[in-house]
Amino acid sequence: MKEPNAAFPPNLRYSKEHEWVRVEGSVGIVGITHYAQSELGDVVFVDLPEKGRALTAGQELGTIESVKAVSEVYAPLSGEVLEANESLRDHPEKVNADPYGEGWLIRLKVADTSELEKLLTAEGYQSHVEEGGH
Amino acid sequence: MRYIPSGPGDRKKLLQALGLDRADQLFDSIPKAYRLQRPLDLPPSQAEADLMTHFRELSRKTLDPHDSAVFLGGGAYRHFIPAVVDHLISRAEFYSSYTPYQPEFSQGTLQSIFEFQTLICQLTGLEAANASLYDGASALAEGILLAHRVKRRRRVVVAGCVHPDYLRVARTLTETLGVEIVEAGALEDGAASLKAVEKVLTADVAAVVVQQPNFLGRLEDVAPLAEAAHRAGALCLVVVNEAVSLGLLKAPGAAGADVALGEAQSFGIPVSYGGPYLGFMAVRSEFVRELPGRLVGQARDAQGRTGYVLTLATREQHIRRERATSNICTNQGLCMLAASLFMATLGKEGMRELAVQNRARAEYAKALLSRTPGCRALFSGPSFNEFVLQVPGDATRIHRKLLEKQIVAGLPLAENFPDRKKELLICVTETNSRAQIDRFARELGREL
Amino acid sequence: MSVEKKPPRRREGLLFDKSVPGKRGCDMPAWDGPAAAELEPRWTRTDIEGFPELSEREVVRHFTRLSKLNYSNDEGFYPLGSCTMKYNPKVNERIARLEGFAEAHPLMPVESVQGCLQVMADLEKYLCEITGMDAFTLQPAAGAQGEFTGIKMVRAYHQTHGDPRQVVLIPDSAHGTNPASAHLCGYRVEEITSDPRGCVHLSSLKERMKEDVAVLMLTNPNTLGVFEPEIGEICEVVHAGGGLVYLDGANLNAFVGVARPGDMGVDVMHTNLHKTFSTPHGGGGPGSGPVGVKQALAPFLPVPRIVRGEAAAWKWSTDYPHSIGKIHSFYGNFGMHVRAAAYILANGAAGLREIAETAVLNANYLRKKLEGTYHLPYASPSLHEVIFSDRNLERFGVRTLDVAKRLMDYSIHPPTIYFPLIVKGALMIEPTESEGIEDLDAFVDAMLRIAREAEEDPELLRTAPHTTPVGRLDEATAARKPVLRWSHGLGKEVS
Repeated sequence: MKEPNAAFPPNLRYSKEHEWVRVEGSVGIVGITHYAQSELGDVVFVDLPEKGRALTAGQELGTIESVKAVSEVYAPLSGEVLEANESLRDHPEKVNADPYGEGWLIRLKVADTSELEKLLTAEGYQSHVEEGGH
Repeated sequence: MRYIPSGPGDRKKLLQALGLDRADQLFDSIPKAYRLQRPLDLPPSQAEADLMTHFRELSRKTLDPHDSAVFLGGGAYRHFIPAVVDHLISRAEFYSSYTPYQPEFSQGTLQSIFEFQTLICQLTGLEAANASLYDGASALAEGILLAHRVKRRRRVVVAGCVHPDYLRVARTLTETLGVEIVEAGALEDGAASLKAVEKVLTADVAAVVVQQPNFLGRLEDVAPLAEAAHRAGALCLVVVNEAVSLGLLKAPGAAGADVALGEAQSFGIPVSYGGPYLGFMAVRSEFVRELPGRLVGQARDAQGRTGYVLTLATREQHIRRERATSNICTNQGLCMLAASLFMATLGKEGMRELAVQNRARAEYAKALLSRTPGCRALFSGPSFNEFVLQVPGDATRIHRKLLEKQIVAGLPLAENFPDRKKELLICVTETNSRAQIDRFARELGREL
Repeated sequence: MSVEKKPPRRREGLLFDKSVPGKRGCDMPAWDGPAAAELEPRWTRTDIEGFPELSEREVVRHFTRLSKLNYSNDEGFYPLGSCTMKYNPKVNERIARLEGFAEAHPLMPVESVQGCLQVMADLEKYLCEITGMDAFTLQPAAGAQGEFTGIKMVRAYHQTHGDPRQVVLIPDSAHGTNPASAHLCGYRVEEITSDPRGCVHLSSLKERMKEDVAVLMLTNPNTLGVFEPEIGEICEVVHAGGGLVYLDGANLNAFVGVARPGDMGVDVMHTNLHKTFSTPHGGGGPGSGPVGVKQALAPFLPVPRIVRGEAAAWKWSTDYPHSIGKIHSFYGNFGMHVRAAAYILANGAAGLREIAETAVLNANYLRKKLEGTYHLPYASPSLHEVIFSDRNLERFGVRTLDVAKRLMDYSIHPPTIYFPLIVKGALMIEPTESEGIEDLDAFVDAMLRIAREAEEDPELLRTAPHTTPVGRLDEATAARKPVLRWSHGLGKEVS
């Protein structure tokens, strides 16, 4: 049994592409993981979708730029974008400082909560990262 | 070979360190089938003095601009270049260094780029400019791609008369991405027709492109075209061929342009048979992340010292690879520096005076040449330092005759516009003396 | 070596902060003709807000001081991998400035510029002979533009044969311009993985070479400095599948005069005059990227092309109905064509071969001297450049970036870092033929010292450089809140 780890909060679900989602009722909050932000380096710019945009699981929802890299962010679940985190416009560094809290990216109206089954648990994701993350 | 510092003794040492006897063993990894069994069939190597002789002979075959009167423009402009320019771009610290990827070792280059970006913003009246592009034509292509990306629309409307080679290049560089360039080419007194443009301003138009001054030398009324573009949800791109005009004419940004781009060869870069030149692009601040090419920004080090660094690199090919805003890698480094030196040396007043003088000489020539029987300035509206002269006969033939008198009477327009058989595009800059202009008019009169 | 001494404060303010109204650096030539009638105010500007006003003296001081903030190739070792920072012969600068070249307007009637056309025709001929290709275009202004031109011709070729294909295959070790250029031509890019030797995985290629593949873009030697030993088979596999082979010629310095891409089966390639052919890097340009093709692709070359006209004189011709069009406003970077032609004539066949031999010799010497200390990710033989990684320094918490920054304290320009992407922490070293044994040894010495410093004083490396005008800059803040120009109110630097 692995030790609980702040880098892998247990109440979230994770994708192999290093996104996390927390579902509250029919709303999903999406962000990138601690591992992802540390690989990227200092985030300088976040490009997020507009409210109302429809996403399917696995579809690219936006990009996150650091000084030396750009990463696509993929929707872990299907749904409609309710809100994008506008505060990241002026403070993109929140993604580094607090990836599971203030660094959230979008809020999503979840289309089908059964899709959660396809995502990894914290343990599963931690193993994935330890095996190389690909 | 004189450019290689290793002498024969050094070579031996190096080979020995590798346990080799002969240099060609170094190429064992190249399959034998491909290794040349003969020396390349090239002329024998030449000493420096012989190189100078060889190339001097070739260069002397060019009609000497000091013994002749050249009135050519059409996208490349002969201007006086202050001695300061060549002197400073010849400093090895500038020309023998590389792209400033290691900022601590390249603050000279980086700061000069920051200054160039600023100067271009000031001249164009826009908020962000890049470190330069290859030339004006590829700058136009990049501008079109920018509008295409930002607006997610595939059409671009060209108003009035944009340099035909710029359009050819723009098509070659953008058509594979599905961009369609539509020419609303109808002219009113040599300038764009707002009506013609509005007719084709459909909802799938990403940008309206207008050249200032246009290819026929005429000044375009940019503001109404920009307004029409904006009403249709499109961008307005202003293309500049003759950058000296920016010293006098209303700034593109002030006239409503969202993007100003084009050629800055006029700023301290010799005409050099077509290249290297200097493309530039400036945009409204909202488009800064869409700018292709290099960008330099200010930054601080741990001790709080201000420095300059390549920034927003994630737009570029070395990071985004196939998703880059462009594939561009080099900018035009040394040409950009030459332009900065030119602009700094002329300064605010010099830039204005140069432009005013260019126009004064061109207007003088226009008036004088129009008085030659049978000739007239084709358009009555304002121009800068280029204008179209209509002659009573085949312009190409007259041009050839005048060439025999060491006068290059502009550019016969029939080469690009088959209907314009009697028209010459005449350019006059501060390099054309009054005596030259007078002689041109005299010889033209004699020819006709 | 002491690193405690404070770096000299060599700050230089911005042009705009030195500006004083009314100053100028240049007077206009006299004009004794009439002034023009004024334009109506709606056409003109009244001011160029913020534009500098300086005397000539101040301009010269400013830029001279700026130049001293640069390290340059004429000063010292500059081993950037894949950039070929070789010596820029000074006579080439003289030749390019000859009036008959520098002051030739591109639209002059051809009979009045035969010398310029001769230079370009000669260069095309030399490049054909050097590369083994059949025809060249000198229009592309840089390597990346050359790639675009080449891929566009590939596209035209396939379309003419009624066989449009959608995919370009590119090794994962390739330069970023390759996929960017392919994408700009409307192609989808797919990566071919490298095998443990760092070379194209031939069986992967065989598997993937289907009829949707238009072209394979290769660099040879590849970005690891390794020659593709199966280049012949690679070309055969691609050709058998109806595709073409594009060669990124950036690394031509490795075998110029020794072997020719055209003999290996390459159909189209670009050269970099600012790499192999010594034209100056200029702090980021201008470059020139001529593209060579085999006869089958010649109909698609950009126009205009140089041809013989009446009385064997040169002229421009656009009579090529299948041409892909125009790439450059005029004919390409003629100023660089002249320099490259002069370089080729200065060297001759023997000189060019000596270049390749020396470049490869120098790179292998460095490899030999450093491979005991730095990790060598690929055992394959190196040609003109060698790649190391920072794996041996990981345990000290030192990365490639730190090594690069510390080299500056030794007055050496860092090699290329973090490229190619397939090597984690890559250090790509290309000495070129323009370095003597003393400079090579000095570099080795510095690298070995740095490796020791990594163990004894890693913090020194992590905070390097210590002797440059500025230290490591906060690039994150620069990118988050970009300041891309001076404006009134931008803090004046207190010097």
